[in-house]
Amino acid sequence: MNELVVISGKGGTGKTSIVASFASLAGRAVVADCDVDAADLHLILQPQIMRREDFIGGSKARIKSGHCTACGKCEELCRFDAIYFDGPGNGRVPKTFRVDPIACEGCGVCFDYCAEQAIAFEPAVTGQWYVSHTRCGPLVHARLAVAAENSGKLVTQLRRAARQVAMQLERDVILCDGAPGIGCPVIASLTGANLALFVVEPTASGQHDFLRVAELAMQLGVPGALVVNKSDLNDEVTRDLESLARQRGIAVLGRIPYDRSVTLAQIARRTVVEASGGPAARAIRDVWNQIQEHLRQRPAKAVGGLVQLDTVQANTVQLDTEKKESRV
Amino acid sequence: MKIAVASGKGGTGKTTVATSLAHLAAEDGVSVAYLDCDVEEPNGHIFLKPRLVREEPITKLIPVVDLDRCSHCGLCSQACRYGAIACVGQQTLVFTELCHSCGGCLLACPHDAIGEAFRPIGRLRVGVRGRLQFVEGVLNVGEAMSPPAIRAVKIAAPEVALTVLDCPPGTSCPVIASVRDCDLVLLVTEPTPFGLHDLKLAVEMVRALRLTFGVVVNRSDTGDHAVWDYCRHQRIAVLAALSDDRAVAEAYSRGELAVTSVGHFADQMRTLLETVQSGVQA
Repeated sequence: MNELVVISGKGGTGKTSIVASFASLAGRAVVADCDVDAADLHLILQPQIMRREDFIGGSKARIKSGHCTACGKCEELCRFDAIYFDGPGNGRVPKTFRVDPIACEGCGVCFDYCAEQAIAFEPAVTGQWYVSHTRCGPLVHARLAVAAENSGKLVTQLRRAARQVAMQLERDVILCDGAPGIGCPVIASLTGANLALFVVEPTASGQHDFLRVAELAMQLGVPGALVVNKSDLNDEVTRDLESLARQRGIAVLGRIPYDRSVTLAQIARRTVVEASGGPAARAIRDVWNQIQEHLRQRPAKAVGGLVQLDTVQANTVQLDTEKKESRV
Repeated sequence: MKIAVASGKGGTGKTTVATSLAHLAAEDGVSVAYLDCDVEEPNGHIFLKPRLVREEPITKLIPVVDLDRCSHCGLCSQACRYGAIACVGQQTLVFTELCHSCGGCLLACPHDAIGEAFRPIGRLRVGVRGRLQFVEGVLNVGEAMSPPAIRAVKIAAPEVALTVLDCPPGTSCPVIASVRDCDLVLLVTEPTPFGLHDLKLAVEMVRALRLTFGVVVNRSDTGDHAVWDYCRHQRIAVLAALSDDRAVAEAYSRGELAVTSVGHFADQMRTLLETVQSGVQA
């Protein structure tokens, strides 16, 4: 099984439009939307949700004001400035302590050391993830609650589910739409993938960010390929990007010219290759053909890199399609 | 006054808006600071080209195990909610990327075998450009968690009349760490289905944080009307509409501030700056 992860460093470079087009070209791929902060693939692929699961992102502390004796131990131990002395009074004390749920990082120290056992610390559902049917094949996607943490853990969950779906349905390619940046969701998307496709715009910012995310992929042992999007915006930077890629052993797969049909396809809720036969659509088809060739030459390898991100997952939810299937 | 420039979707023009506002305010003689809180991919320096005056490591506290005292009892590992410390046979391993520096393992250790050390996770760079003061955080490649680096940027911020924070994309912990305690959040979006969808998430986030906010529609003449309809329906102030312009895109691609070369774009940004300075009602 081959896993292709589409990333960029900088946001808004066209990752999602390209992944959606690949999904329609591949026909037999499983698609995973790993940009859980700002998931947009479902807008184009219009999924019919077959199965939904709660995502438990971690626990948050909550002080039971009726039990609090205002001793201040929790405030003393909290390193996240998440404890405030402005909770409601009770019969014993005029004011109690309170946890700011947004500042709380769920370390559990206050809960562990509260002498009065006045603190609740329960796992919270901070999102949902779905396995869906779309016209371009199965889609695994999620919705993370606003202001929630642990998006990396959710990405790991999605990739695990995508692999299970691919095995059940005997699909040999997984297409992952990655997040911008180089932080935990990106690390979780890249770890153990077969190929990272960098979608980069020819701008000074795009180049700066590409070099950082390319270094990350290298650290994680994931081979890379480059496609320059809106390549005609700046020919000089496009050439620079391609030579920087070659110096790093990153395959240069092509250029996608600026084409208004990309935005029009998005508005029509269709993939670029479904909606248009224009220059961008032709370039995307060409890149997809090269990626297939690339994946054939580089057979799937064992999971490597930052393994601990994968091994510390507290809740492994098994795919159990028969029992929990739900339709919307 | 602290203004955060954020967006759900990436690549909508946060850095363009933030650097332009900071540059124009400095030109007006306002004491202004630009903070690059997008520590995973900081780009503001490309456009502002500050003269660096100070650079120092950004660190976070991590546990250090004294193996002479450690009995490998596993209590630290049980206490850690992040899976950042593990006892495997006769070894106690710390996975520093996962550590939140909560200190729970120190408290849990019955043998006093755990101390703490500062581990570098990035660089803090402080610079100037005329009246403009510049602070950026750069997260080391391979580090998973950016909030400690974002907090370091905010702590290093100078006291000035106007602070502009360039935030990371998204709606989760790095963004929250950036926009918290700001007086106004500008949500930059595009009038496309992706732009609208991610704007809705960003609006949910700023409302949950009870922050005052307004929307800036970039490349306003591309796409469709749905973003405008949404803002009208939700009674959200659209503080600026920036037209799509090849000259602006080309200046951006070269790493230049478009407000210094494209006249009508500078006018649009100047109007936005005046709107922001005159105060926006929630």
